[in-house]
Amino acid sequence: MDNVSLILKALLAIALGSVGIIGIFYGLNILVEKALPERSRIKVLPWIYVGPSVLLLTIYLVIPTIRTFYLSFFDNRSEGFVGLQNYLFVLTAPDTLVTFRNNILWLVLVTGLSVGLGLIIAVLIDRVKYENLAKSLIFLPMAISFVGASVIWRFIYAYRPEGAPQIGLLNAIVTSLGFEPVGWLVNPAINNFALIAIMIWLQTGFCMVLLSSAVKGVPDDVLEAARVDGASEIQIFRRIIVPMIMPTVLVVSTTVIVLVLKVFDIVFVMTGGNLGTDVIASRMIREMFNFRNYGRGSAIAVILLIAVIPVMVANVRRFRQQELDR
Amino acid sequence: MSAPPIPPNAQGLPPKGPQKKDYVARKKEQSPFEKFMARAPVHFAVVAIAFLWTLPTLGLLISSFRPPDDLISSGWWTVFLHPLEFTQLTLSNYQAVLGAGMGQAFLNSLVISIPATVIPIAIATFAAYALTWMEFPGRQTIFIVTVGLLVVPLQMTLIPILQAYSALGISGTFLAVWLAHAAYGLPLGVYLLRNYIGSLPRDLIEAAAVDGASHLKTFTKIIVPLSMPAIASFAVFQFLWVWNDLLVALVYLGGSEQVAPVTLVLRNIVGDRGQDWYLLTAGAFISMLVPMAVFFSLQRFFVRGLLAGSVKG
Repeated sequence: MDNVSLILKALLAIALGSVGIIGIFYGLNILVEKALPERSRIKVLPWIYVGPSVLLLTIYLVIPTIRTFYLSFFDNRSEGFVGLQNYLFVLTAPDTLVTFRNNILWLVLVTGLSVGLGLIIAVLIDRVKYENLAKSLIFLPMAISFVGASVIWRFIYAYRPEGAPQIGLLNAIVTSLGFEPVGWLVNPAINNFALIAIMIWLQTGFCMVLLSSAVKGVPDDVLEAARVDGASEIQIFRRIIVPMIMPTVLVVSTTVIVLVLKVFDIVFVMTGGNLGTDVIASRMIREMFNFRNYGRGSAIAVILLIAVIPVMVANVRRFRQQELDR
Repeated sequence: MSAPPIPPNAQGLPPKGPQKKDYVARKKEQSPFEKFMARAPVHFAVVAIAFLWTLPTLGLLISSFRPPDDLISSGWWTVFLHPLEFTQLTLSNYQAVLGAGMGQAFLNSLVISIPATVIPIAIATFAAYALTWMEFPGRQTIFIVTVGLLVVPLQMTLIPILQAYSALGISGTFLAVWLAHAAYGLPLGVYLLRNYIGSLPRDLIEAAAVDGASHLKTFTKIIVPLSMPAIASFAVFQFLWVWNDLLVALVYLGGSEQVAPVTLVLRNIVGDRGQDWYLLTAGAFISMLVPMAVFFSLQRFFVRGLLAGSVKG
């Protein structure tokens, strides 16, 4: 196919998908307003507006969630009932236990370091004139896909045997200091940390931007009063800024936690989950595609869901509170 | 998220007293140079962190312009050893990777991302309007369930939807990913827009109703124009989300080159031709072009979407 017709086809598909949906709404709306008598119109019209959303959410989120739960009690081809066997396997097999260990490492290190670093940067960056430029540079990785980030970091971690010129930045530094090159992604003692570093690089900017807007919310006169009283900058940070922005720190942390629980792309692209680097979400994809075991895959997904339920409850509570305050 | 208006914890601060004079005196005596020196550690830290955070991306950018042989025989930083030799840079990597399927993938990414952004915007805005300004049974329940769905891991839905898609025979089509992405983005869209539309002045909508405007008219003439900032935030967030997605494309599109977006093609290059560094560099940069452009031109909306979306899973 030549390029022009490819582009035309693409444009047609975009138009069809985008205009189609708006057309459907207009059509239904006009149909209801013209065809129905006043009284039933008032009853039907809300469902024209909210119906597509309810339908899509039900088909794509509610029913599949229930069905995955159901499938987790069945065998690899979703045919024979196996009770809790999938869960027993997932919770006891040595290689899935490694994924849980890794997930805990990811959770602690990514959340701790990206929120911590983000907070420190947010406070520091508030004091320089080129704040916006520096912020953009640190925030930029947020726009990059996990796959793109993985390719970027292959150039940091690239390994060449000793003696050969190193094309990876880290090994070039290591060898120029007189040490042997390190197989960052192969050595089981460090490869998890190498992957975690990528996620920290991606997420710190996000934490910084959110925390920075909270830091700016701390009233200047409070800070000035503390300075007049002779408080050092470190005291001000620990005793005034941190306590005052705690609610934001909590929101940012839960966001990062949920994101980390579902991280899949980085591991999938960098190591394929081999060499002891698998995490829950990438393991699930491997169960689905490599081992063709839908039962175990579903059981892993259910465990993932259970892990985020506290966040879900907190969200709904917070929303209810918000409604009361309205 | 606003900080609570409680007084800060002042324990441990030195008591008021002579320090006050010292502080004022200190502030006056400092020359501009002294002031700068006092803040040097801050400047150093900020510049160092910004540099460190940019370095990986910069390395990729420079690498993508180096000839394939140079790429595997020396580090990208060696370019700076002779900065004026422009012959060490070339566009051939970009030509090669565009020929290796990246051009088609770029188009596919656009075909996937644009409708997968427009569809949930339309559905979410209509739903948010109904949830705010229309009376019907179950209104509150629908919204609470939507908020709950915000953090459901989409892994939870992959297997049943894949099975249904296979049974229906639409696995591997654009329609399959459009609808999936639309549904996954909907909870955030409804939540964000409902909050925004709910904050619009009630008088305005009631006045329109008194004037005899239909819901559709109120919606298109008043609600949508006023909600543009929220719509833009959601649009930017959703667009970047879809463009950068690998999981949904991988599962629902399968391996077909015909429909694969940039992330999937890039991943395949890593998997099958991981040693072809020249393809990887240029390919990664092509995949990053659009998000970066969106990021730099619409950062304001993106940040607002993130602030609102910090509840999204």
